[in-house]
Amino acid sequence: MDLVNFAQTTLVPRNKIPDFKAGDTVTVFYKIKEGTKERIQQFQGVVLQRKGSASSETFTVRKISNGVGVERIFPLHSPKIESIEVNKHGVVRRARIFYLRGISGKKARIEEKKM
Amino acid sequence: MAGIIGKKVGMTSIFDEEGRNIPCTVVQVGPCVVTQVKTTETDGYAAIQLAFDDKKEKHTTAAMKGHFAKASTTPKRKLVEFSDFGSEPKQGDIINTSLFAEGEYVDVIGNSKGKGFMGVIKRHGFGGVGGTTHGQHNRLRAPGSMGASSDPSHVFKGKRLAGRTGGNSVKTKNLQIVKILPEQNVMLIKGALPGHHGSYLIVEK
Repeated sequence: MDLVNFAQTTLVPRNKIPDFKAGDTVTVFYKIKEGTKERIQQFQGVVLQRKGSASSETFTVRKISNGVGVERIFPLHSPKIESIEVNKHGVVRRARIFYLRGISGKKARIEEKKM
Repeated sequence: MAGIIGKKVGMTSIFDEEGRNIPCTVVQVGPCVVTQVKTTETDGYAAIQLAFDDKKEKHTTAAMKGHFAKASTTPKRKLVEFSDFGSEPKQGDIINTSLFAEGEYVDVIGNSKGKGFMGVIKRHGFGGVGGTTHGQHNRLRAPGSMGASSDPSHVFKGKRLAGRTGGNSVKTKNLQIVKILPEQNVMLIKGALPGHHGSYLIVEK
């Protein structure tokens, strides 16, 4: 497995990522190519989970768009991620907050962490 | 066909220049030593023999020790013959990743993972019998009909049935070499390869 780690560390440049975990609200600045032009799209929502390890780690962001829940999975070290901004640190009791999918409105609030 | 012996290390994924996530298998390839050059005059057929993966001298028979000494190399675990190698390497030459280029397509031969005694659904991709209603209760993964009745009065030879699955030689064709790390003798090949981690593979051009 050492050679797998070696390949990961040498071939995948790591992104600079802020400290965040499940329950935090983040904005992901994601590069999108349209024809020849490149622009940056923002995706803001609550982090449901961080999954995997090392260069293949991913995270899931959920937001409510026009009343419909939308989830996106980003590879943490994808070269298409321009930056990640942490808007709010939330207080949650578990590392994977899938219970958020079943609730909405006032119940889906997450208490903000007092820094 | 020109080729090299390798060892499956594990899987990972890397990003290409367009930011796509490419699943890759990490393969340790070579360095292989040419231990014998077989010719039509001496052996009846032309081939070259490659050796890979060091082993201890105390685990080597005297006959094999002599064989490796002829190529002035240490004892190796795996020996494979290649016919039509293209270039004509000499005994004692070292074959490594320089044989391949990034972006090239290769075939990989390996021994698939043994699954033991498996039913027809896993072994041959049968669909199983019937639904779960109308009183059906114990035929879900069964093979179904064995064939016609009194004519021919027997089950045809070659009828696909349950049995030992996996553990046989599998050739996966047209796999792209994503990356080569010559210093580590490592190659990243797109997609999955047959066999478990640490099993030997033959990478063919």
